[in-house]
Amino acid sequence: MSQPFKLPGWRDLPVGCDILEPGSARRNRTGDWRSERPEWDHAKCVQCAVCVVFCPEGCIKMNEEAYPVADMDYCKGCGICQVECITGCIRMLREEE
Amino acid sequence: MGKRVGMEVSIAIAEAARLANVDVISAYPITPQTHVVEHLSELVADGELDAEFIPVESEHTAMSACLGSAAVGARTFTSTASQGLALMHEIMFLASSLRLPVVMAVANRALSGPINIWNDHSDIMSERDCGWIATFAENGQEALDFVLHAYRAGEDARVQLPVMVNFDGFLVSHVIEPIEMPEEAEVRSYLPAYEPARRLDGDHPMTMGPVGIPDIYTESKMAQDAALRASLGPIVEAWKELGKVFGRHYEPIMCHGAEDADILFFAAGGLVETIRTVVDGLREKGKKVGVASLKLWRPFPFEDFVRIASRPRVLVVVDRCLSFGGPFGPMASELKAALYGTDRRPQIVEFVAGLGGRDVPHADILTMYEAAERVLAGGPVPKPAIVGLRE
Repeated sequence: MSQPFKLPGWRDLPVGCDILEPGSARRNRTGDWRSERPEWDHAKCVQCAVCVVFCPEGCIKMNEEAYPVADMDYCKGCGICQVECITGCIRMLREEE
Repeated sequence: MGKRVGMEVSIAIAEAARLANVDVISAYPITPQTHVVEHLSELVADGELDAEFIPVESEHTAMSACLGSAAVGARTFTSTASQGLALMHEIMFLASSLRLPVVMAVANRALSGPINIWNDHSDIMSERDCGWIATFAENGQEALDFVLHAYRAGEDARVQLPVMVNFDGFLVSHVIEPIEMPEEAEVRSYLPAYEPARRLDGDHPMTMGPVGIPDIYTESKMAQDAALRASLGPIVEAWKELGKVFGRHYEPIMCHGAEDADILFFAAGGLVETIRTVVDGLREKGKKVGVASLKLWRPFPFEDFVRIASRPRVLVVVDRCLSFGGPFGPMASELKAALYGTDRRPQIVEFVAGLGGRDVPHADILTMYEAAERVLAGGPVPKPAIVGLRE
């Protein structure tokens, strides 16, 4: 994942630590907290979208073929999708695997 | 030229806020500050000051409302004392770290318990590290001048920091003094309308007060410390400008009789005036003694202090507060630290005086002087002591 922010030195901080760019939180990609990532087995997936509903980050969307895909810029690897999946088609892989 | 009037100092401070044409006052009454905000609420109610007076239910809220007001770019005033200042404590740090130039007049008063409404410096010393600019006024004229100065210095785009003006509760706040009340036009020339360098504005969205994760917090604190230290220049400039406009001159540390003094008193606030009277009496008898009055507590004027302290052989530091279980007098401990490692430093004799409104008569000041004379004659430096303490 690309590093979205270069950390500023103390002289470069805006006065009072103001954030001068509205909506800049969008650039703060929090997926680097993740230690595990979900993987879907399309042979078992029935495309019910339960994982989409339960994802606390709202980072799972259905792709053009109507299969779920997680946005890895924001997926924290919590595994809730795996627990909630009705057919057991999601497994969590360690990031280093 | 202003008009010389006889006026209670609290009223004069409220008039200073009126002359500064403040936009918002948010305050909660507490002895001995009450007359300041009482008079301001009257000025607003009577239409003599076009400002929003926000009556709040506590000092915590008073300071919180001040932050909101200053954040949208309004010239903001508040005043408190003692327990009220202590209740503001949490929000004090936000005003400074958000770099909002709130101005607050603090009628210095002891902290409970036992409950005590009278004067000492326990309240301000407990706010030592809150990141505000802090000045000490000796009398009503200085308190009025320092409120105007606080806006000029604090609102400076190079500064953008909150300022508190300290003046002694009762001993200064409730005294009717001759005060030169400046003309509005003079004040306008010294203190034009506030043009905030940054403010919350829906048309130009930005965020104040975001979370500072560990990646940012360290750098933000360094930036804050650097800002407070760098404010020294603009603070002195604002005093120089005040001298040009009003003819009254101030510096971070103001000395009296120090040019030839072997013994130099060092104190802050109204007590300096009593010390000065005693010093004058001693000088008439040929004693080489002087007094230094600390006007600027934060940022601490290290250079000025080290220069002033290099001349006398004994420095008598008179604190108005006790640091329990620590270095006794909080000011004395800082002065000692400032001199550590310098080549020419005086012996330091420490006293704490005037706690919780205890009078400090001339006799007590002479007692301190005599202790310093014994050190000057080669005697040992006495342990820090409370003057006028009953055994």
